[in-house]
Amino acid sequence: MRLLTCKNLDIGYHDGLVARDINFHIDEGDYLCILGENGSGKTTLMKTILGLTPPIAGEIIFAGGLIAREIGYMPQQTLLQRDFPASVWEIVLSGTLGKSAGQGVQRFFYSAEQKKTAAANMQRLGIKDLAGKCYRDLSGGQKQRVLLARALCAASRMLLLDEPAASLDPKATEELYVNIKKLNDEGLSIIMITHDLAAARAYANKTLTIGKDIVFHE
Amino acid sequence: MNDIINQLTTYFSYPFVRYAFIAAILIALCSSLLGVILVLKRFSFIGDGLSHVAFGAMAIAAILSLTNEMLLVMPVTVLCAILLLKQSQAASGVRGDAALAMLSVGAMAVGYLLLNIFSTSANISGDVCSTLFGSTSILTLSRTDILVCVVMSLIVILTFVFMYNRIFAVTFDESFARASGINADACNLLIAVITAVIIVLAMNLVGALLTSALIVFPALSAMRLFAAFRQVMIASALTAVVSAALGITASILFSTPVGATVVVVNAAVFLLCCLFKRA
Repeated sequence: MRLLTCKNLDIGYHDGLVARDINFHIDEGDYLCILGENGSGKTTLMKTILGLTPPIAGEIIFAGGLIAREIGYMPQQTLLQRDFPASVWEIVLSGTLGKSAGQGVQRFFYSAEQKKTAAANMQRLGIKDLAGKCYRDLSGGQKQRVLLARALCAASRMLLLDEPAASLDPKATEELYVNIKKLNDEGLSIIMITHDLAAARAYANKTLTIGKDIVFHE
Repeated sequence: MNDIINQLTTYFSYPFVRYAFIAAILIALCSSLLGVILVLKRFSFIGDGLSHVAFGAMAIAAILSLTNEMLLVMPVTVLCAILLLKQSQAASGVRGDAALAMLSVGAMAVGYLLLNIFSTSANISGDVCSTLFGSTSILTLSRTDILVCVVMSLIVILTFVFMYNRIFAVTFDESFARASGINADACNLLIAVITAVIIVLAMNLVGALLTSALIVFPALSAMRLFAAFRQVMIASALTAVVSAALGITASILFSTPVGATVVVVNAAVFLLCCLFKRA
């Protein structure tokens, strides 16, 4: 089933075009890797898909009942998060806020159902025992798993990952890729930005290379 | 010891001393809650800059001899807070920190200049000093000041309680929060407005130059001791309340300036927290 189509999409910010004429589509269960040099517009493309940056031209068409808010997003880690005092539980739980935003009613506190979602996704990634730990004390690999669990709380069908393996050692990178593949096998569609060609070859069934030319390969 | 107790009982038998005490503690509490957010967002300097702006506005209000200075100072500070927030997010133009530096020294200079040229008061340096470093005694706070403090503080505290989850999400990861449909711009705007309100309120207590101490110290002390966000918020609030209570009591006993005493107690608590290792 088709979930997402980008048609003649031009992306950028108000002060300039970053990349133009992007065409690709994602079906249910797809694993798409977005490749390209730094500054070529990979992250901008992701933000455009999520509706954080308006497209300059062209269309993004959601299908099969998918809406932008139900895409799980795992942004790159920010400098600010490095020494942030928050427990793993607090962070994963914040991933469920998107769901409550869609219910029409403004909820101020977490419902039992939201807590259940958070707990289930921590179980899914094997970080249940980290719940009370402080985020800044975790290893790089553990941090990424926490952010992945948070993204899963928001996602029902599709995950967008922005260079999830940046700053991880080879072993943690491998573990992360295995986890992502597992989620893919469970039916989630994956869009991942990466510089890792080997990973793209090993896991992805589609690639999109953004550069001077935009190449979509199925 | 008996003397001390006698002195305190005498002071606290006056209702206006009790009201001032309550107002001061509420202000400290609000500043400490906000402080955690500002420190984590790397915005502590905005608090400092805004207090300078508030001084400038206060000077203008004094010259115009407004009966209620708050009516001018509050809107001007809120407006500047919003402008600074927008500027710090903009990719182009004057950088956020540079814009802030210009604005804050500019406001100070204009404020002092105007006071010197137009002031009708016989004691300009006294006026300036108490605006910068706070009233020499909490007794000089007017009844209206205190009422405004209490109402505003309650609004701020309730906002924090009800918006807690959203504020956490936006502070920890703005991109993610936006992606999951949280209105991050509205949240940031709310934080900017609350910052301005708290700074204007805190200026009454500790003076323009010392307000950012109330914002920064309790948050930093709490972060030394705790690792979860909720614990940090609660610890920050407790530290602030205890420091404010101790500071005001000490200022009554030793007849020292309230603002400076409260800030020194806060700094001492921070140093004490540095000695303990995080649990």
